[in-house]
Amino acid sequence: MLQYFLKRLLSLGLSLVAASIVIFLALEVVPGDPAAYMLGINAQEDTLNALREQLGLNGTILQRYLSWAGGLLVGDFGTSYTYRIPVAELIGERLWVSLPLALYALTLSTMIAFPAGIWAASRRGSYVDTGVMGVTQLGVAIPNFWFAMLMVLVFAINLRWFSAGGFPGWDEGVLAGLKALTLPAVALALPQASILTRVMRSSLLDTLGEDFIRSARAKGLTRGQAMWRHALRNALIPVLTIMGLQFSFLLAGAIIIENVFYLPGLGRLVFQAISSRDLIVVESVVMLLVFAVILVNFSVDLAYALVDPRLRGRR
Amino acid sequence: MSLLVVDNLSLSIHGTPILKDVSMKVDPGRILGVIGESGSGKSMTAFSVLHLLPNGADLSGNISLAGQDILSCSEQQLCGIRGRDVGMVFQEPMTALNPLQTIGAQVAETILIHERVPKAEALARAAEALRRAELPEEKFPLSRYPHELSGGQRQRVVIAMAIALRPKLLIADEPTTALDVTTQAQILALLKRLVAEDGMGLMLISHDLAVVADLADDLVIMRRGEIVESGAAQHLFRNMRHPYSRALLEASGHVPERATSARTMPLLRLQNVVREYESHVHGWWGRTDRFRAVDEVSFEIRKGESLGLVGESGCGKSTLTRAILGLEEIQGGEILLDGKSVASDHQANRDVCRRMQVVFQDPYGSFNPRWRVDRLITEPFHLLDDPPRGSVREAAIVEALESVGMTADDSDKYIHEFSGGQRQRIAIARALIIRPELIILDEAVSALDVSVRAQVLDLLADLGDRFGLTYLFISHDLSVVRSITERVLVMKSGRIVEEGPTDRVFDRPQHDYTKQLVAATPVLPADVA
Repeated sequence: MLQYFLKRLLSLGLSLVAASIVIFLALEVVPGDPAAYMLGINAQEDTLNALREQLGLNGTILQRYLSWAGGLLVGDFGTSYTYRIPVAELIGERLWVSLPLALYALTLSTMIAFPAGIWAASRRGSYVDTGVMGVTQLGVAIPNFWFAMLMVLVFAINLRWFSAGGFPGWDEGVLAGLKALTLPAVALALPQASILTRVMRSSLLDTLGEDFIRSARAKGLTRGQAMWRHALRNALIPVLTIMGLQFSFLLAGAIIIENVFYLPGLGRLVFQAISSRDLIVVESVVMLLVFAVILVNFSVDLAYALVDPRLRGRR
Repeated sequence: MSLLVVDNLSLSIHGTPILKDVSMKVDPGRILGVIGESGSGKSMTAFSVLHLLPNGADLSGNISLAGQDILSCSEQQLCGIRGRDVGMVFQEPMTALNPLQTIGAQVAETILIHERVPKAEALARAAEALRRAELPEEKFPLSRYPHELSGGQRQRVVIAMAIALRPKLLIADEPTTALDVTTQAQILALLKRLVAEDGMGLMLISHDLAVVADLADDLVIMRRGEIVESGAAQHLFRNMRHPYSRALLEASGHVPERATSARTMPLLRLQNVVREYESHVHGWWGRTDRFRAVDEVSFEIRKGESLGLVGESGCGKSTLTRAILGLEEIQGGEILLDGKSVASDHQANRDVCRRMQVVFQDPYGSFNPRWRVDRLITEPFHLLDDPPRGSVREAAIVEALESVGMTADDSDKYIHEFSGGQRQRIAIARALIIRPELIILDEAVSALDVSVRAQVLDLLADLGDRFGLTYLFISHDLSVVRSITERVLVMKSGRIVEEGPTDRVFDRPQHDYTKQLVAATPVLPADVA
């Protein structure tokens, strides 16, 4: 088990190094000079040079990569060209919106998907099953930004239960913050829950057809007991994989929803940074997202080992 | 009074009749053998007793277990009977256990479901049940997971699960079909002992007459959902009346006729062949263990000869097959077909490979279900530099199909339209189409019913004579190898431990391992009808 853990940890470290190189090089080849952008088209060449010097844009690629990556290691993400404040501070602020939003959406989608998937699988072929499959089909098909606007119309404009957008900040209290995140979280969770329900259902149905379920029934377990005690945990592995992918997506892929609800999250930050050539912010946010994705995959790998003794290695 | 009485049982599933007027009984302490080929309804009879049937099942007739009418029991009552009064052992030990739970927990579950006892007590009784199934706790702690056990050991866990509450009736559905012959002999002996100890009734279901012959007190022979013959085993074996029973008996001892001729020219020659794998790695950069799957194997096959290769699973037979076909690189020695190496420069030699073909065990898994038969059987043409096209290709397809007893019309069908035996004929047609000299049959008849197996063996013998084919016949089933080969090799742990004329090796085995194998092989009584 320890060896499995250490091996995963090593691969986590290597993935991070590889990702940082790819991100850095990708942004190197992107056209557009941040200094020129900041100073406008009429800037003098020597002013530009001075600014480049100040921003650390001169020097070889290797030097710049090492100073960037070295900074990342000690938590120094550099200073934003446009905001003129440390990137770490900027990201920290935004993370407090994006991370709770992603967790909120994931919790919602899990809370919907598990019961719905189990319910549909345990009544395969019934009206319940057909109904759940129909609704999830719709959930996968509806674009989430359209659904978000629909919810704004109904719950914010007509019923006035929620505000249509914006984020009051956590200083206003946890409830106020959660309330502001509810509509975006529901909008994000809908397609995720639909996919997860379908995965849960089909994985559970596969497991219910396995020989060991028949063995369990022959021991005297009822259909329900066989499902809860034997099928569910076995069905969990594909579900965990999908959940890991979804969490990464929720963290990084909320750009559109953050724009619809005008939330000051990471998605909007990176969107603005790209349009103003604020390369250092883009690099750092992308790196952070990569880190989050790799960390989530690492946790999913560990979760596999917790669920499945075959992965814990031989004794 | 009989323990289990099945009376005029009929079953249909979604309107398709499965069983028709099946009657049988099992007495305490006695063993009822239920014999039939696939599709005969023997497993469905067993599932009917436990009332574990698929949706859409419609049962009529009577099943009474110790006086209780099973068919009128509620689902709740049935759950109380399953596991407590009736235990069941299944065919596939590899998948019959939950991979995520320890063996102790799974055996204890049988007890916990039926009795209100503390978990510690249930575990202690589980340990006892496992001990009775010959898995003592000292060597096999309750904390083991199924993947840490072999197939035979897993089957013992399944048996322990079934007998933990000392049921009155045990149903064993092909309990040894997936196991090696020596393991099979041990499991059968275990079942016999448990029946004697507990006075339990045993319903032993098998397709293999010989497995049941030694063990059963009474026999039932089934065919297409009906019982064709039944009676006391000793009596029945000597006085089989129904033509089907007799055909079944003849098929299981069937020996195909082959013309013999002088065979001197060697075709395939193996010299000190070694195939190693890297197995367990210690630490990250530590030394790696090397596992020798094939260890210094040498033999030769002469032109036109049928050579058998027997051994239990894991002995290296399949690895050796792949090496001969040039599919695996060898680490030592050489494999020559007619003097030419099968592989060089890390690649199989096409001009050597086209002279040999293989037929695998699984008639279901070895075909692409989306291809038509004509495309399936012409696959070996890719080994030719100038594959036939147009009418020549058509003629080759028809000839190959007709030589295995199929018709030209079959060429535009898909593989799911054929039975297991027909699929194996198609596999043979696929091997024949490029006119190879050597055909390797890797457990090619092991998945077939006895009567179909007899037909396929006849076909192979006939083709061998007609086309002058050489066969390497690989199997774990000694009786099949005995019926079709002239010379046999016995393989154990990657080495050839005995070699000689088939009759001599099986009648007077020299090596201890061969003796074990021969002794473990179930045989039909010598004086049968």
